[in-house]
Amino acid sequence: MPGLRARLWQAGLLLGFLLLWEWASRTGRIDPFFFSVPSEIAKRVWRWFATGEVYPHLYVTTAEMLLAFAIGTLLGVVFGLWLALAPGVAAVLDPYVKALNAIPRVVLAPIFTLWFGLGLLSKVALGVTLVFFVAFFNTYQGVKEVSPIVLQNARLLGARRRHLLAHVYLPAAASWIFSSLRTSIGFAVIGAVVGEYLGSAAGLGYLIAQAEGVFDTTGVFAGMAVLMAFVLALDALVGALERRLLVWRPKEGGGR
Amino acid sequence: MSLLEFRQVSVAFGDYVAVEGVTLRLAPGEFVSLVGPTGCGKSTLLNVAAGLLAPSRGEVLLEGKPLKGLNPLAGYLFQQDAILPWKTALDNVALPLVFRGLPWPEARRRAMAWLEKVGLGRFPRHFPHQLSGGMRKRVGLAQVLIAGPKLLLMDEPFSALDVQTRQLMENELLRLWQEDRKTVLFVTHDLEEAIALSDRVVVLSAGPRSRPIGEFPIPLPRPRDVAEVRLTPEFLRLHREIWELLRGEVMRAHAGA
Ligand SMILES: Nc1ncnc2c1ncn2[C@@H]1O[C@H](COP(=O)(O)OP(=O)(O)OP(=O)(O)O)[C@@H](O)[C@H]1O
Ligand SMILES: [Mg+2]
Repeated sequence: MPGLRARLWQAGLLLGFLLLWEWASRTGRIDPFFFSVPSEIAKRVWRWFATGEVYPHLYVTTAEMLLAFAIGTLLGVVFGLWLALAPGVAAVLDPYVKALNAIPRVVLAPIFTLWFGLGLLSKVALGVTLVFFVAFFNTYQGVKEVSPIVLQNARLLGARRRHLLAHVYLPAAASWIFSSLRTSIGFAVIGAVVGEYLGSAAGLGYLIAQAEGVFDTTGVFAGMAVLMAFVLALDALVGALERRLLVWRPKEGGGR
Repeated sequence: MSLLEFRQVSVAFGDYVAVEGVTLRLAPGEFVSLVGPTGCGKSTLLNVAAGLLAPSRGEVLLEGKPLKGLNPLAGYLFQQDAILPWKTALDNVALPLVFRGLPWPEARRRAMAWLEKVGLGRFPRHFPHQLSGGMRKRVGLAQVLIAGPKLLLMDEPFSALDVQTRQLMENELLRLWQEDRKTVLFVTHDLEEAIALSDRVVVLSAGPRSRPIGEFPIPLPRPRDVAEVRLTPEFLRLHREIWELLRGEVMRAHAGA
């Protein structure tokens, strides 16, 4: 946790940046047409929420990304556990996993639109292809790095496979999985917004695309600001959950 | 019949033959120590006894039958930390009972009694990283003992402790052992500890191809106090006798390293 001093600096930096931006736009040093003005963006965000016109879009994007996040993570963790515990399967599937992960996801968006339509599903699918691999690789790595001594000890103490899963593999992989969750949130948002941007009728990505279509930079920046706040809030939530579930970890710098 | 028997056991790691032709019998209730220079294969032999490592040659008999897979009678206190870092001291000790199907509350209740037995009654909610090295070893000991193994394999369990705590733990171990006379295979590099605790001390030669080169029965009367027994003439005589043999091996290991 940063101290009060660091917090003040952080706030000051943001304020300074916004003021500089505001000043540069107003005095014509940068073109407001291309760069907009912070106060205008704030007003726009305010209006969106005051009139309530942003809520349906926010709702759609949230639903898409939460679904992509949940489905992708679940599949990733399950597959990660499976492949980590079945080296034979892993050896066979390895090239396929690598090949699939090598596909740039943006090119999938049109295909998913064809398969799943313009609605929610195609965006969720896009998000899942991104989130899945993050969760998968981290779970796989986490399970592979379980201390062999701890594992042998548990087995000698009578642990069966399901005990090992619940008391050894999953807790050991938990810190990897949690660090992946925070990356995954970002990816889920990317999946949702890119999907919306490329073809949809609702969502923040759609809002941004609309604004862009009429060269409304204020609208684009306002959409970005809302997205940013949204991701930060989710990230804080995961962080709080992580601190609760990983109390057993030694604090950094605390020594042993 | 012996509880555990090594028959001409050899273990090789690739081209490196760590132990060769080890034959060793442990009678039920016997306390046997293995001593030998570092790297001679003591931990390797314990791993074989626990069924974690299959011998490349020879076999291990458990109550007369060949051992296949994990040793179901063995409790193993590893040389390294082996308790689960993400469970509290209490839950670590309760875990073997949970594996056997006991519900958590009952398992925790019994685990508490064991924590008290090893002197950690005040630290049930501490996580391993909040405990000292010696305290973690004691959690490990309670975790192994709560499962009620017939055979106890211990790999330098007290080497990280200071002299006083160490003697306390040694006496504690003897007291617990006296209660139900488990068969113990105890590994240490401390000859005095081996003599003070054991019925028999087995000296291993320096590796590679290490094997037992001397067996010494320890006829010291029980119950023993590990601190007092060290001062008896009989103890000193045994120490001199065994050390004579061990010293040569330690020197050889040192020269080879
Ligand atoms: N998994 C392994 N792969 C390769 N070599 C190994 C392995 N385990 C042990 N060895 C080797 O076998 C020999 C015996 O190792 P072991 O750990 O049994 O020694 P030790 O007697 O327990 O030593 P210490 O007193 O230092 O604990 C060593 O030379 C070691 O390098
Ligand atoms: Mg060892």
